[in-house]
Amino acid sequence: MTEPVIQVAHAAVGYDGRAVLRDVSLTVTAGEVVAVLGANGSGKSTLIRAVLGLVPLGAGSVTLFGTPQRRFRQWHRIGYVPQRLGAGSGVPATVGEVVASGRLARRGVLRPPRRADREAVAAALRAVGLADRAGDPVATLSGGQQQRTLIARALAGRPELLVLDEPTAGVDAASQEAFAGALRDFRDGGGTVLLVAHELGPLRPLISRAVVVHQGGICHDGAVPEPAGHHAEPGHDHVHPHCDEEPAGLWSM
Amino acid sequence: MDLFFHYDFMLRALVGALVIGLAAPALGIYLVQRRLALIGDGIGHVALTGVGAGLLLNRSPVLVAVVAATLGAIVIELVRSRGRTSGDLALALLFYGGIAGGVMLVGLSDASSGSLNAYLFGSLTTTSPADLITIGVLGVAILVTMLALRPALFAVCHDEEYARVSGLPVRALNLLLAVGTAVTVTIAMRAVGVLLISALMVVPVATAQQVTRGFRSTMVAAMALGLFAAGAGVWVAATADTAPGASVVLLAIGSFLVVALLAAGRRALRRRTRLAAVPVAEPPEHEVVLG
Repeated sequence: MTEPVIQVAHAAVGYDGRAVLRDVSLTVTAGEVVAVLGANGSGKSTLIRAVLGLVPLGAGSVTLFGTPQRRFRQWHRIGYVPQRLGAGSGVPATVGEVVASGRLARRGVLRPPRRADREAVAAALRAVGLADRAGDPVATLSGGQQQRTLIARALAGRPELLVLDEPTAGVDAASQEAFAGALRDFRDGGGTVLLVAHELGPLRPLISRAVVVHQGGICHDGAVPEPAGHHAEPGHDHVHPHCDEEPAGLWSM
Repeated sequence: MDLFFHYDFMLRALVGALVIGLAAPALGIYLVQRRLALIGDGIGHVALTGVGAGLLLNRSPVLVAVVAATLGAIVIELVRSRGRTSGDLALALLFYGGIAGGVMLVGLSDASSGSLNAYLFGSLTTTSPADLITIGVLGVAILVTMLALRPALFAVCHDEEYARVSGLPVRALNLLLAVGTAVTVTIAMRAVGVLLISALMVVPVATAQQVTRGFRSTMVAAMALGLFAAGAGVWVAATADTAPGASVVLLAIGSFLVVALLAAGRRALRRRTRLAAVPVAEPPEHEVVLG
C-alpha cells in the first residue's frame, strides 16, 4: 500500500470555544472516492476545511501526501472546489478567466500563462461540458453551471486529489450528471476524491467509501449507508436540487 | 490645445493627470472586485494626516503622506484579515481620525489654509517638475505591478480561500494591494484631491463593467476611460477655467451616466427581441450514462 493521500489523526476544531470536531481520525488512500456525509451543522464541511488548512486545528494533526499540513507546499497536487462561487465578484469575470485561476498553483504568481496552461483550461472546460461558454460572464450562468465552472477550475491544475464541498447542493439534474461524469473521468485517471455531500444523487455509484459525521465525531466509516427510502443520511434535511436552471444573473448589469 | 505647449505648468498638469488616470483604475478594479470601493477614501484621509505632518516638519508633504497612507493601509488590511472589527467601523475610524489629524497638524504649521485646500481638492496646475517625477515613477510602478500580477491578484480578490488552497502568497498579495492603494491615493491627491480620490479609482471601473463581459476587458476599458477623463478634464479646466480635479471627476461620472443609459437601452431592446423569439433551452452538451 502506498502512503495515504490524506491522514487526519485525532483532530479537534473549535470556533469561539465551541467544539465543532472532536477527536476525528480519517485516512484516505490513493484512488479512493470518499464521501463525507452528515446533517447541516454536523461538522462535515469543517472537517474538509481543516484538511485544507482553512480552519486551524485545535488538536491533532493533518498529513497531506505524507507531509505535515503546516509544511505542505505542493498545493498543485490538490484541487479544491468550494461550495459556491466567492461572493467577492463585483467585477464581471468570464468562465475562462475563473478556470484559468486553477493554473496558478502550477505556474506561480509571476510566470505568464503558456500554451500548456491554455490547453489545460480548455480541457477542463470540455470535461465539465462548458467549452462553449468560456467567454461568457460567470454571473449569467445557472447555479449548476457555476458549480461546474468551479470543478473545471480545480481540474485545470491537473491535481491528484480533488476536495469538494457540497458540489451538488442546489444543482440542476443536467449539471449533476455532468458533474458525475467529470468526477468519474478524474477517478479513472487515477485521481483521489474527498467530497462533502448532503445527498449523493448521481454521484452514488462513484463513491467507494462513506464517512458519516454526527455531532462533531465520525459515527460511520465504510460502505455507503443504504437508507430506507430515497435518501437518508442521518438526520438530514432535504435540499432538493430541482429547477435551478434560471440564470443567477446577480451582477449581470 | 496651444495652451498646453505654451505653458509648461499646463503640460505637467496634463502628463500627471494622464499617468494617474491610467494607474488609478488599474488598481481600483481590484478594490471594486473585493467590494472595498471606498477604502481609497479612508486611506486618503490618513494621507492627509501625513500631509499635515509634512507641512509641520517642513518635509515633503507628498513623501510623508506616502508613509502615513502606507501605514494606514497596512493597519486596515490587518484588521480586515483578522476580522476583529467590521470593515466599515474600521473605515469610519480612519476617515475621521485621518481628517481631524490632518486639519489639526496643518493648523499648527505656518502653512496657509490654501495649502490644505490644495490637498483636499487637488491642485494639478501647481505640479512641479519634481512632483511630476514622483507621480511618473510611482504611477508606472503601480501600473506595471497591477498588470503583471493580474492573474494572481484576480484570484485573491475573486476567491481568497481558493487562492490560499492554491498555495498563493495571499497575505503578501493583500499587503501589496494595500500599499499600492496608499501610493495611488497619494499621487492622485495632487490631481483630484483627497475628497475625490476614490472617484478616479472606482468610477471608470463602474462605467466599464456596464458593457464588458470579463475581468481583463473591464480592466482595459476602465484604464481607457480613466485616461479619457483625465485628459479631457484637464483640457476642459484649461479652456473653461474650472477646477481641474472636479472637471476630471465630473467627466468620469458623466461617462458613467452616458454608458449606463446606453447599456440599459440595449438591454431593454434585447429583452424585447428575446421575448419575441422562442426561448432557447440549454443544449444537452454532456450526456452521461450512469453505470
